[in-house]
Amino acid sequence: MANVLINAPKTAKRGEVIEIKALILHPMETGFRPGTNGSIIARNIIERFTATWNGDEIFRIDLSPAIAANPFVSFFAVATDSGTVGLRWSGDEGFQVEESIAITVE
Amino acid sequence: MMRLRIGLCLASVFAASLALAQGGTDKRRSGYQDMGPSLQRMQDDGTSNPGMLFVQLGAEAWAGPAGAANKACADCHGASGATMKGVALRYPAIPEGADTPVDLEGRINLCRTTNQQAAPLPAESRELLALAAFVAHQSRGQPIAPPDDPRLAPFLDRGAAIWALRQGQLNLSCATCHDDNAGKKLAGVTIPEAHPTGYPVYRLEWQTLGSLKRRLRNCLVGIRAESYAYDSMEYVMLELFLMERARGMAFEAPAVRP
Amino acid sequence: MDRRRFLAGTATITLLPFASAWATPESMAAAIRRIVGAAAVRRGRVTLDLPPLIENGNTVPLVVSVESPMTAADHIKAIHVFNEKNPQPNVFSARLGPRNGRAVVGTRIKLGDSQTIVAIAETSSGEFWSAGADVIVTLAACLEEAS
Repeated sequence: MANVLINAPKTAKRGEVIEIKALILHPMETGFRPGTNGSIIARNIIERFTATWNGDEIFRIDLSPAIAANPFVSFFAVATDSGTVGLRWSGDEGFQVEESIAITVE
Repeated sequence: MMRLRIGLCLASVFAASLALAQGGTDKRRSGYQDMGPSLQRMQDDGTSNPGMLFVQLGAEAWAGPAGAANKACADCHGASGATMKGVALRYPAIPEGADTPVDLEGRINLCRTTNQQAAPLPAESRELLALAAFVAHQSRGQPIAPPDDPRLAPFLDRGAAIWALRQGQLNLSCATCHDDNAGKKLAGVTIPEAHPTGYPVYRLEWQTLGSLKRRLRNCLVGIRAESYAYDSMEYVMLELFLMERARGMAFEAPAVRP
Repeated sequence: MDRRRFLAGTATITLLPFASAWATPESMAAAIRRIVGAAAVRRGRVTLDLPPLIENGNTVPLVVSVESPMTAADHIKAIHVFNEKNPQPNVFSARLGPRNGRAVVGTRIKLGDSQTIVAIAETSSGEFWSAGADVIVTLAACLEEAS
């Protein structure tokens, strides 16, 4: 399901520091809001976002209910070698999404 | 002396109309111009605008067959959606064979019921908003261009009348805030001129994408008036009036607004 | 001023045994203590970039940047962000390393009210550096009723 937008350069020079930005469709329900029937809507958030470069973890962020709906995360990475950048989101209610992008390092 | 003055007058009128043609004297402001730079950047950058998630979902819905006819939007209109360029700029409009106008969401549902033989999508449903966002996005950057259809005149007049009608417990009309007091502050917020330049819009208040109808309902709730039902003609007539009022302004869908 | 004194000092913090229903300056201080332990937290090296006037607290762009060479020998290991008035004091915790090249993390957060936000960075040598920002959240005049 195409519910993720990823922005990263397709090619980079070896050693170049590139920015990777990722946006995902998700309500980030806080678990503190009452619904229309007055009872609290169960928490449903993404708890963790992880980035790997050819399988090695390069970045990880633990999110809280204070992160806005449809979470956006940006970070930097050193372009070491050509291959795959893997992005993984996981959280409440068994939420698991994995996407990967190819990057060519010259 | 008199002749010279008239000559100067004519010259300035000419200069003014020239400037108008270039957009220089157009004093209308999109809500975009009232936002801070960080929200403007959020709207402008395709991968940081959350509305683009819905455009992407819309592209999927566009390609997927639906209904008893088992036809996708793409089967008739092309896979890329490029044939939809300019369409969102001219709705609400009267569809072929009909005598009352529908808005963009209404037109999409008309296509579903007649051509795809599928059930209409519910108002504000993710799929309807996504399809509307996909279609609207094709017109990004182009000037709003309502159709010159004389049959729309009575609906436009009714829309203008609703705009000017004082209603609700606060006894306010749309015009009270958005014509007479636009640009001033209400609580901490600048009152916008209410141009529908970016719908469907990703509103931070909603934390999701929403239609112009939903926004109009917000305003009605704000003035403590009873909001019209989602399928009522009042919204279509108001939308028609608002698009005419914003004729020529740049279309921004999917816009980001606070 | 309280924040500055807290960030500079180490001894005068009262730890609350339980988090209260809403984050408070005290519960934020406690959350920070859980991360930094007894270490001193110094001001500097960290830049917290937030709009000074927030148009809607539901989605507030935030970027934390930390000065660091980001080498194997000298880099930022973690960046943590805290708030004092949301229901919980923690906002996010990011783990970084030399492969990031730059110690910069961006996201968008929710802020229920005007308050102080604190970012703390942990270096590979175990130092803690911080920055704080006071933000003003404007409230929309016309809100949608729950439907």
